[in-house]
Amino acid sequence: MMTFTLWDILRNLLLAARWTVVLSLVSFIGGGLLGMALLYLRIGKARAGRMFVLGYVELFQGTPLLMQLFLAFFGLGLFGIDVPAWLAAGLALILWTAAFLVEIWRGCVESVARGQWEASASLGMGYVQQMRYVILPQAVRVAVPPTVGFSVQVVKGTALTSIIGFVELSKAGTVVTNATFEPFTVYGLVALIYFALCWPLSKSSQILERKLNVAHRNH
Amino acid sequence: MSLIAITEVKKRFGDVEVLKGINLDVERGEVVAIIGKSGSGKSTLLRCVNGLEMIDDGSIMVAGAQLINDDLHLKALRLKVGMIFQQFNLFPHLSAGRNVMLSQMVVKKTPAGEAEAMARRMLERVGLGHKFDAYPDQLSGGQQQRVAIARALSMQPMALLCDEITSALDPELVNEVLAVVKELAADGMTLMMVTHEMRFAREVCDRVVFMHQGRVHEIGPPEEVFGNPRTPELRQFLGAQLVV
Repeated sequence: MMTFTLWDILRNLLLAARWTVVLSLVSFIGGGLLGMALLYLRIGKARAGRMFVLGYVELFQGTPLLMQLFLAFFGLGLFGIDVPAWLAAGLALILWTAAFLVEIWRGCVESVARGQWEASASLGMGYVQQMRYVILPQAVRVAVPPTVGFSVQVVKGTALTSIIGFVELSKAGTVVTNATFEPFTVYGLVALIYFALCWPLSKSSQILERKLNVAHRNH
Repeated sequence: MSLIAITEVKKRFGDVEVLKGINLDVERGEVVAIIGKSGSGKSTLLRCVNGLEMIDDGSIMVAGAQLINDDLHLKALRLKVGMIFQQFNLFPHLSAGRNVMLSQMVVKKTPAGEAEAMARRMLERVGLGHKFDAYPDQLSGGQQQRVAIARALSMQPMALLCDEITSALDPELVNEVLAVVKELAADGMTLMMVTHEMRFAREVCDRVVFMHQGRVHEIGPPEEVFGNPRTPELRQFLGAQLVV
């Protein structure tokens, strides 16, 4: 029987962790861009657009991410479309991330006082100008901490993609366990790596929150 | 022709008719105070004049710009008439100077240099030239309201609407704001102000409008309205005020 050193295990896990990082980045950036587009519809004047985004958010927030991954992976397969695991994983996570970010951001836009809309309107600004120069600069300040905080959820969400066969950190953990028969060591390391990825994010969310609040008070 | 012409204006919120046919003409350079109990429709009337509320019936014209609910007409109207709010509504993420510069640059496309020069002049005019770089939360309520006035003036409106602009201020800060308004009036600015400052209305205004239950109940020069109220409603309202 082959023996594995701790370094063998860790090295393999770290190699797979790269894919966790890549998938997280793709999901977060893709979800962020899609989220912005959805936000534009969600707070816009067209009723159809608002209703569409409302339905979208309900759908993706109201079903487990795992089901969404299954549907993306197996569902499209039923129609004869061969979806590789990485594509299904990326697609589902982008859609899922966008559904949460758009609601976080909508809350931030709506937290800007009504008087700001009225004052800018009475100075003659149009909707786009109000958004661009008055509302969004204030909303962004409110949005940064919860957005960074949500990125932690995205990183942890990528673990589910192991079930459809995408080899990231969790999947690598299973594979390595099957080879080494040392589940406690392996999953312990997996957990540590996840923690090392997530903790700086949640910490920076806290720091940003404090910083931006102070900035808001005193500049 | 009057600068502001309000004709048979009706406005309802759901089942409540808050304005029941208002007629009011304001001449160029005139200073008009609107008084009345809360709920009498005075703030709503003011907010209709620059299109923050839409009217259900009648018409409002300011210097040839009519209140019509589309972006182009609203912009044209709002360039003629500025507004100052009870809660100041300065943009908190911008310095005082930037607050005054922003709409000039964005709405009128004034170059930054010119906008800044105008902002400095207007801040000077309200006595805050030295606060150009201060942020709103570094200013007192009275100072914030004066920046708001400078911001409205920088758009060079023909008339200003003042919606209870001293009601959110500590008593010792009220006078510095009223002094600025008084100066504007002396300079010939057309003003329509909803106010609870009866003494100020008496001193500065050309005409006083008493609103009651969505109607103009009494109107006239301040000596008449305050000195010789004709209706029991106005007498009762004035009796309830502390200082007249």
